[in-house]
Amino acid sequence: MDRVFDTKVQVLKYSVLKSLIKRAYESEKSLELAPYEIPKEIVPGPKTDMRCCIYKARAVVEERVRMAMGGNKDNPNIIEVLPVACDECPIASYYVTPACRGCINHRCMDVCPAGAIGIDGQAKIDETKCLNCGKCAKACPYKAIIEFTRPCITSCKIGALKIDEDKKAKIDNDKCVMCGACVYSCPFGAITDKSFVLDLVDILKEAEKTGRKVYALIAPAIVSQFKYAKIEQIVEGIKMLGFHNVIETAMGADITLHKELNELKEVDKLTTSCCPSFVMYIEKHFPQLAKYISHSPSPMVEAAKLIKRTSPDSKVVFIGPCSSKKHEYKLEKTGGAVDCVISFEELQAFLDARDIDVSTLPESPLNNASFYGRIFAKSGGIAQGVSELKEKYGITKEICPIALNGLEEIKLAMLKMKAGKIPENFIEGMACVGGCLNGALCLHHEEKNVRDVDKYGQMAKEKDISGSVALYNMTLDDKN
Amino acid sequence: MVIQICIGSACHLRGSYDVIEQLKSFIAEDKLEDKITLKASFCLGHCGEHVTMKVDGEFLDGVTPATVKDIYINKLKPAALGA
Repeated sequence: MDRVFDTKVQVLKYSVLKSLIKRAYESEKSLELAPYEIPKEIVPGPKTDMRCCIYKARAVVEERVRMAMGGNKDNPNIIEVLPVACDECPIASYYVTPACRGCINHRCMDVCPAGAIGIDGQAKIDETKCLNCGKCAKACPYKAIIEFTRPCITSCKIGALKIDEDKKAKIDNDKCVMCGACVYSCPFGAITDKSFVLDLVDILKEAEKTGRKVYALIAPAIVSQFKYAKIEQIVEGIKMLGFHNVIETAMGADITLHKELNELKEVDKLTTSCCPSFVMYIEKHFPQLAKYISHSPSPMVEAAKLIKRTSPDSKVVFIGPCSSKKHEYKLEKTGGAVDCVISFEELQAFLDARDIDVSTLPESPLNNASFYGRIFAKSGGIAQGVSELKEKYGITKEICPIALNGLEEIKLAMLKMKAGKIPENFIEGMACVGGCLNGALCLHHEEKNVRDVDKYGQMAKEKDISGSVALYNMTLDDKN
Repeated sequence: MVIQICIGSACHLRGSYDVIEQLKSFIAEDKLEDKITLKASFCLGHCGEHVTMKVDGEFLDGVTPATVKDIYINKLKPAALGA
């Protein structure tokens, strides 16, 4: 599994999910016992390399099991801190390392505006006085003073993470946009996303009994993910789980792009709606700019609605790299188009829990969307689509697009926009740097993943969005 | 008459979008919109060599972008008019 995932925390999360899914298929009793038995399965003892002792390691795994089972239902956030798991990261920002020679110059002392540094063989920082300005670290010729920040705090670009009085990370739900950056960055895996895999087990079990069709909608970022198999084998594997068919979400992206092109004819400025964290960021942090958010449903919702128009009693499950989609699909505005969302990590656990080795399977074709829909997975993809298709779709005015790559860029641009100083009129935003292909719940995060997405785009039978748009119009005409 | 055309990946690769567009234009030319309803469907569970099509619930084999015109003239249109 180490080759499939980037980090050992992901492998741990995967192991919990896999065991839980297996139990859900075994018996109700086995599932009930999951929070008590899975910790012992994963931390059998007598020793563990994960925590100070097996008891703490098991307590942390128990928290993971609860998250895998859906987490705290009273907390609307998809992301939660695991209280037992988050405990020991130091808080102070600047540390003197053994590289300090206790030199004669003491530049660190000279530059400290708070008089917080004393010398006793080595420099010593009085934490009660330190202002965390960092001047000492810059001044030291040995670079013996280092900045220490919690990885979760560094990863959160929008200030939604704080440290509470018990030194545990605390998520501010009024600010958090559920991008999942902290989930991927915490080296202990102490922040994690809720899982709905048990809902999916229920959906698939019911479908097996009743013959209901369940469709898997896969995000285009998937092509950069399961490197040990071909995408066509993944499709076959998903079908073996009990899905009737596998459809590209990128088909919905074609339709979203078409609608956004139409919207652009009417409005001065437009911000994109496909990344739910970007939408949430504007709504929570810049409510006065919410009027610019595109009204076009996201590709996930658009594709799910199209499927349900062609197959009214079916269910649709989105499989993607995104924690925020786990929140989006429950929003009222989606009209219940999507019935469940799982991640690529969870798909891997699901396949293995059902003993499906996709690398041995025959290939099942996948081709529903255009080049443009498929490149929605990367930062800049939507902006490219708008630039290249604007004339064809009747936009006469000048379109100046910008692709905001990650929340840091988004934050700066929204500040400018609020001040009325953003020159561009089509504003694409992706909360994850690189776009969905670098989403928090990807199996792995590599810069070259963008090449896979580009290649996959080129392989689309449809070179333009018109095929998807024609189908969209045709299904709208359906009376039933 | 209800014609269901598969738009799943396999049929798409065999030209189902093209089949739909051709049928749409034939139906429009003959003004048969009231008699023939075209529907898209993701996988009708009959994957074969050609584009899967169901006419009033019955599978119709041999449909491709190249054959759809003949099929329309010789089978679909007479059946729709006769009904």
